[in-house]
Amino acid sequence: MTRTSEYNFAYLDEQTKRMIRRAILKGLAIPGYQVPFASREMPMPYGWGTGGVQVSAAVLTPDDRFKVIDQGADDTTNAVSIRSFFEHTAGVATTTATAEATVIQTRHRIPELPLREGQVLVYQVPIPEPLRFLEPRESETRKMHSLEEYGLMHVKLYEDISRHGHIATSYAYPVKVEGRYVMDPSPIPKFDNPKLGDCPAVQLFGAGREQRIYALPPYTQVVSLDFEDHPFEASKADHPCGLCGSDSSYLDEVIIDDAGGRMFVCSDTDYCDARQAQGHRGKDAA
Amino acid sequence: MIELSNVSKTFTLHNQGSAVIEVLRGVNLRVAPGECIALTGASGAGKSTLMRMIYGNYRAQSGVIRVGDIDLTRAEPRDIIRIRRRQLGYVSQFLRVVPRVPTLDVVAEPLRAVGVGQDEARATARALLTRLNIPQGLWPLSPTTFSGGEQQRVNIARGFAHPYPAMLLDEPTASLDAANREVVLGLIEAAKARGAAIIGIFHDEAARARVCDREVNVSDFTPERAA
Amino acid sequence: MTPLLSVQGVSKRYGTHIGCADVSFDLWPGEVMGIVGESGSGKSTLLNCMAGHLVPDTGAVVFDTRADGPRDTVTMSEPERRMLSRTDWAFVHQHARDGLRMGVSAGGNVGERLMAVGARHYGDIRDKATDWLARVEIDAARIDDRPSTFSGGMQQRLQIARNLVTGPRLIFMDEPTGGLDVSVQARLLDLLRGLVRDMGLSAIIVTHDLAVVRLLADRLMVMKSGHVVEAGLTDQVLDDPQHAYTQLLVSSVLQV
Repeated sequence: MTRTSEYNFAYLDEQTKRMIRRAILKGLAIPGYQVPFASREMPMPYGWGTGGVQVSAAVLTPDDRFKVIDQGADDTTNAVSIRSFFEHTAGVATTTATAEATVIQTRHRIPELPLREGQVLVYQVPIPEPLRFLEPRESETRKMHSLEEYGLMHVKLYEDISRHGHIATSYAYPVKVEGRYVMDPSPIPKFDNPKLGDCPAVQLFGAGREQRIYALPPYTQVVSLDFEDHPFEASKADHPCGLCGSDSSYLDEVIIDDAGGRMFVCSDTDYCDARQAQGHRGKDAA
Repeated sequence: MIELSNVSKTFTLHNQGSAVIEVLRGVNLRVAPGECIALTGASGAGKSTLMRMIYGNYRAQSGVIRVGDIDLTRAEPRDIIRIRRRQLGYVSQFLRVVPRVPTLDVVAEPLRAVGVGQDEARATARALLTRLNIPQGLWPLSPTTFSGGEQQRVNIARGFAHPYPAMLLDEPTASLDAANREVVLGLIEAAKARGAAIIGIFHDEAARARVCDREVNVSDFTPERAA
Repeated sequence: MTPLLSVQGVSKRYGTHIGCADVSFDLWPGEVMGIVGESGSGKSTLLNCMAGHLVPDTGAVVFDTRADGPRDTVTMSEPERRMLSRTDWAFVHQHARDGLRMGVSAGGNVGERLMAVGARHYGDIRDKATDWLARVEIDAARIDDRPSTFSGGMQQRLQIARNLVTGPRLIFMDEPTGGLDVSVQARLLDLLRGLVRDMGLSAIIVTHDLAVVRLLADRLMVMKSGHVVEAGLTDQVLDDPQHAYTQLLVSSVLQV
């Protein structure tokens, strides 16, 4: 199955990996700061995780065990194809078990199982600039970061409250890192925001189209922005998982018939499977 | 309170062959607190020019124009503004206001400018407008649409709102009926009584005779006559 | 007493073309100064040099800061200068859309400067925004509407509210009434006059409209080809202009 002899290890040439590693190290040295890097063309379209793939390629070693999740699931097209890409190009072992993985590439979720030291979580990032939607000029947003002018971030939250009565931003919820840089955590649900901070694993963020890498070293302080009278809340659907019965995991709503029937299930498939294997059952379990 | 010594004025018209017109020369004048003097002289003698110079509106070529503690010929703009705001009132023949501002606030504004609160300033304005027979229905309207006589009375009300120690009055009784003329003369007499130094231009001889203590003929300072 | 702003020998060239040359003046607290001149006279260049949008080639722009007294804003660090322009300075653009965030509600526009200086209480921010909308005569019911739904005059008033909410001491205005209907201009002028008086603001207004400066400005500076040709009390400069160019400018105004 392995085709490492036909590719350089993990697809990218060594010089490119060196360049990306340097960007990663710089990102780790300045948590939350967006480091520009020379993003390469990858054999998949932008939006399919080219940034994350390049970061994974730069950090993978032959001994690693690789896991990919897309919206928490190991079995979606995106996850399957990226997993198979590195099976082919790096010959690394893969897994769907969070506990066993050493490198986890993710789109839109942080696994439910707490991460541990030694693990690397690689995020696929579509738009790394949290200020982008309010300030279109890149020159200006970079200056705002360098001068810590972050009032605009709160304007966004203000607009939310004025329109919806509460902070309606439910994913890509902006955070402040170590009291310095405001960072877009990628489109993870805000339910996952508390897991960003004080995390034992290394967290790396790659934006391929936008050519930016940023990072959170282990045990970094990450605070979700809010107002005194509208504090941050890590919300989720108010149901237990229909399959495993968990009442503390992030849920997807699934429509199950044409009559409007629906069920709520864990978005993290590995977590849900593991609980079911331990004998936990939800109300919709077969 | 007002003192002029050896004041002269020329206009240089750069865009009309740099013509130099000498209007006034060697003006000496002194007005004490409580005194009212009338500027007289034929049309074009320079009465209005001299009055505008005392207000700092026209620039003097030489001499000293002292009002209160400053010499207007040399003072910084901010000092002239301060003097105008607190010490030197001017009732011109023309009302110049921001359109849309209600008459009541136009009259109250000089008081607001020296820090009087809105309610108190408006109360004073109401009293003056009442006294000058401006119908109450007009108070919320801008005076820009009023008749000439009404504008003139608004202008007077505005000029007498704040008790300036020095006042310049340019034809204050022109275009007024007998009743309103009487009110204005009363205002002038009251200002004198509280110690204001006043310089006025009055074509109305009876008015001049009643409120003015002496007359100064400006023609005496026009260069043709002086030469 | 210290001038609020002291402009000392400010020059700005664009290649061989002179933007403004050797301009000096002091602006005192509470003073409103007008700068007039035709297009290309250098008045906007000067305004932008003073407001920190352009770096002058020579000269100093000394502002009497609250914390440290007079400081040259040309040589101060950029973070300090940007902080000034969010707190003690205000800038009203000719085109409201240059000074507003068109995609953000009126309340958000007014609240931005508050949040920029650390306000983190939604209720307080909204109360202040409501208060300021009333002060610029915008119906409080419009607080959640975007400025793109406002008329030109309302947009300009919103821009002023957004600028004044942090209680600045100096406001720069670039043709604030340009492009507005005459009746709307009058309303805006009245509003500006009241705000300047009640807040004790100092202001520098660049315009080519002599009627605007006569109503708003205590002092006037006339510029031509980058040079100040005449300066003084506004009514003195307009009624008894000394310089040939000022005489031409004043006599060129159509009388209504």
